[in-house]
Amino acid sequence: MDVIVLQLFNGFSVSSILLLIALGLAITFGLMKVINMAHGELIMIGAYSAYVVQNLFLSYMPSSMFNWYFIAAIPFSFIVAFLIGLLLEATLIRFLYGRPLDSLLATWGIGLMLQQLARTIFGAPNVGVTSPSWLNGGMTIMGDVVLPYKRLFIIALVCLCLVAMYVYIYRSHSGRRMRAVMQNREMAACLGISTRRVDAMTFAIGSGIAGIAGCALTLMGPIGPSIGTYYIVDAFMVVVLGGVGKLIGTVFGALGIGLSNTVFEYWTTASLGKVLVFLCIVAFLQWKPMGLVAMRSRSLD
Amino acid sequence: MRKNVWKSVSLLLIALCIVITGCSSDNKEKTNAGTDGGANTASDGEIKVGILHSLSGTMAISEVSVKEAEMMAIDEINAKGGVLGKKLVPVVEDGASDWPTFAEKARKLISEDGVATVFGGWTSASRKAMLPVFEELNGLLWYPVQYEGLEASPNIFYTGATTNQQIVPAVTWLLQNRGKTFFLLGSDYVFPRTANKIIKEQLKAEGGELVGEEYTPLGHTDYATIISKIKAAKPDVVFNTLNGDSNVAFFKQLKDAGITAKDMTTLSVSVAEEEIRGIGVDVLEGHLAAWNYYQSTDTPENKTFVENYKKKYGADRVTADPIEAGYDAVYLWAAAVEKAGSTDVAKVKEAAKGLEWDAPEGKIKIDGDNQHIYKTVRIGEVQADGQFKELWNSGDPVKPDPYLKGYDWAGSLSAGN
Amino acid sequence: MHKRLMSRQRLWLLAGYAAAATALFCAPLFLSDFRLNLLAKFLAFAIVALGLDLIWGYTGILSLGHGVFFGLGGYAMAMYLKLEASGGRLPDFMDWSGLSALPWFWKPFSSFGFAFAAGILLPALLALVLGYFTFRNRIKGVYFTILTQALVIITVTLFIGQQAFTGGTNGITGYGKLFGQSLASPDTKQMLYWVTVIALIAAYALCRFLVKSRFGKVLRAIRDGENRVRFIGYNPAIYQMVAFSISAGLAGLAGMLFVLHVGIISPSMMGIVPSIEMVLWVAIGGRGTLIGAALGAILLNSAKSVFSESYPDAWLFFMGLLFVIVVVFLPKGAAGLLGQFKWLRRRRAKHGEGDGVHYPAV
Repeated sequence: MDVIVLQLFNGFSVSSILLLIALGLAITFGLMKVINMAHGELIMIGAYSAYVVQNLFLSYMPSSMFNWYFIAAIPFSFIVAFLIGLLLEATLIRFLYGRPLDSLLATWGIGLMLQQLARTIFGAPNVGVTSPSWLNGGMTIMGDVVLPYKRLFIIALVCLCLVAMYVYIYRSHSGRRMRAVMQNREMAACLGISTRRVDAMTFAIGSGIAGIAGCALTLMGPIGPSIGTYYIVDAFMVVVLGGVGKLIGTVFGALGIGLSNTVFEYWTTASLGKVLVFLCIVAFLQWKPMGLVAMRSRSLD
Repeated sequence: MRKNVWKSVSLLLIALCIVITGCSSDNKEKTNAGTDGGANTASDGEIKVGILHSLSGTMAISEVSVKEAEMMAIDEINAKGGVLGKKLVPVVEDGASDWPTFAEKARKLISEDGVATVFGGWTSASRKAMLPVFEELNGLLWYPVQYEGLEASPNIFYTGATTNQQIVPAVTWLLQNRGKTFFLLGSDYVFPRTANKIIKEQLKAEGGELVGEEYTPLGHTDYATIISKIKAAKPDVVFNTLNGDSNVAFFKQLKDAGITAKDMTTLSVSVAEEEIRGIGVDVLEGHLAAWNYYQSTDTPENKTFVENYKKKYGADRVTADPIEAGYDAVYLWAAAVEKAGSTDVAKVKEAAKGLEWDAPEGKIKIDGDNQHIYKTVRIGEVQADGQFKELWNSGDPVKPDPYLKGYDWAGSLSAGN
Repeated sequence: MHKRLMSRQRLWLLAGYAAAATALFCAPLFLSDFRLNLLAKFLAFAIVALGLDLIWGYTGILSLGHGVFFGLGGYAMAMYLKLEASGGRLPDFMDWSGLSALPWFWKPFSSFGFAFAAGILLPALLALVLGYFTFRNRIKGVYFTILTQALVIITVTLFIGQQAFTGGTNGITGYGKLFGQSLASPDTKQMLYWVTVIALIAAYALCRFLVKSRFGKVLRAIRDGENRVRFIGYNPAIYQMVAFSISAGLAGLAGMLFVLHVGIISPSMMGIVPSIEMVLWVAIGGRGTLIGAALGAILLNSAKSVFSESYPDAWLFFMGLLFVIVVVFLPKGAAGLLGQFKWLRRRRAKHGEGDGVHYPAV
């Protein structure tokens, strides 16, 4: 029984991490159709931002404040990744709208450069981020089951990001403009929306969320120049399985992959579990080629 | 329109230049780079040596530091007047964490650049990829990392530990001091699988018990399920052969699950000072590792080595076992060349037999038969300052035994050789 | 007017072929053994690029899984070489991994003919099976692309995990002889170079024949409007399957040649990164033109060699920059440069342009 509860929790935790890394991509790829291979590197930038904030706190703040660096690191990571996203959009991505496969090519190049840049600035070895002490330990339930605070924190963070994104996209003026441009660019432009500005904002927000993901992942995993490569494929799988273009699809996609991964991994081994999950994805897409939540469209080509 | 034509023509020209240089650069050297492994290319008072590590890709996190230590050794030797009165000129190549690239670059270093020797490699896979090239062209490779043994190529010197200088004594020590039940956790590749095969034989022979064995894909970053399995198995010892980045995820998540060094012993064979910095001391404190060298190892040579390394690459940098082994390799090769009076591969190999040197880790000696190194085994515990405290050492340097011929229980492992 | 242009264009084309042929045939005269070996490897890559171009440039299906087909071909050849090198004994890695007898599926690979056939047919068959399910279910565009990535992950994880049967991460290496000839000797190397040149020319001829035939016209029609082709009465799935499977077979052939040149095959050659790189060769060379794809493979790999040898610490900057510049300034790749000349542009216009890959309407 303990094991079942723990594994269920682990399943949700893995899903939340997957969702976090895929959320940004759900915007840049799902909404904007930019195959952003540099998404992993934006996650890496978020992780390094957390590292920088930690070091700033160590150098310039009283040690009693150190525990709160993480609270400062989350918005900082968002802003750094946001700005880099803005820069990328302005210098490169905007030439590539409507050419998704060219965007794959160019962002792959950008990813290579960002990796090498991180290596030049921070050195090739991994860097360490000490997690704040208030996130150490866990909640003990039912005697022997420990739910780590960090995993709970990430679940909460994901929920927060989701709510914020929902409010932004579906309940704010700029979100409405964003949806308008993504659905029908010409019509939106005719109605006086500055599509340039909306594009830039959308891409930057997607990047910024990748930054938050990177920051949160410092709690669980390594921080090094090539960590982006570990997450990028999973992120694409989540978005595609969920159905391109729908936020709720991404949530289901992450839950599906996360839960099945935990189950398979427990039953078999980590390697075999991974193979089984991907086989399931392949099989599932045969059945529902457009993903879990498909956009309905009457158009053919 | 005209502008476009010019643009195209110039771009085409650039492309053409790239192809031409790509296929023909250095072909002047074609004549002097024979199949003798470039042993006689020491001209103009210079000796070229190759350095071949992953400077990009996932393995760069570990290998760049080894490259830096080797460069430092070369600079030091040059400052003292070089080898045979000639300056050493390093030719650096990037293996890019890709095994065929290692083979290609090794071939390039030997047959195009005519280097006298190559220092390089980290993963077993990269060594296995380079091995046929070195044997074919009769080159010389110095491989600086602990590995799974069961190999002794005549063209490779192994300056890292083989299994009987790291894993086997560590298991014996754990059985005597920490408990009988073992959980084996490793990344899914050759070193952990072979190491665990050896450990399983040894546990059978020495009265230990195996309660679990798990492998995770390279780059795996979520250990929640594995940790559940460990919790269910309740082992005395987790013997950890995870590689690189996976260690970070594993230890961080282990601590979150409420397991500390006090509850359960974890001994790692791929976590050194450098990795501690990336994982975080708060997470690792109290866990064990088995190596031949620690930054804290107390020898006069090590004091100078650590001081110089920090001076050269930054006060926040640390040294570690593979870094030291890479540094040793350069000095051992230089000593062998001095002794042989030539960079010829056969002569250097002959001269290297039984060669001794006072390394930062203490006295080391090259074994004449299998070209491994006599090394002292050390088990250390991670301290709050990110350094190791030595809990046990083997006293004298241990004779390398890559095929474990000196162990009765290992008979089945090396049967085919 | 038109006729004169055409003849001039033919002249240029012929001159181009002649120049390429001369370069290929003269290369052994002025390249060192190492560089010749490198060039031979690039030529093998060019064969993959041709296959990819067939499926991407002409049919509009982007596969990020050609590393798998390439790897399967490579493994088939490596298995033969390894058995040959072990000379009746168990290959060394099986010994370490605790196998005591040769697995049944290894046994037929002791015959060169079988290994060679398997190296082409196995990838082709896998592609056919995958294609059968996906194309019949009308999975296209980015969904297909992601599926092929899943295929890569599955295969790589399996190959790494089954160390006893596949050599794990190390892959299969440590063999030196083909038909009793040392692979290392300069004579064999030169021989292998010629074999690769012939294979490349044959692959080029095959692709060109396919592209010029009615089959090729249907492929292009599928690329430009799959549903319209369906409405006319064709079954696009069959055409896509065949094209995909030919393309995979070519990748397998290239993989076999690669093993002969490099002497190692490992799962790292099947992974996501090499698969994407293969697509980059085609994109940089120019998709939709066969010569461009082949050129792209040679060009990009040369660039990689040059940059990584000259600037081992910073070559990734140059590569990244190269991709970005090509995409922004030369969206049609190196072959697109030629298209900027007036007389070629006219010819281009007839073929129609466009990205070639469909994305679901949002």
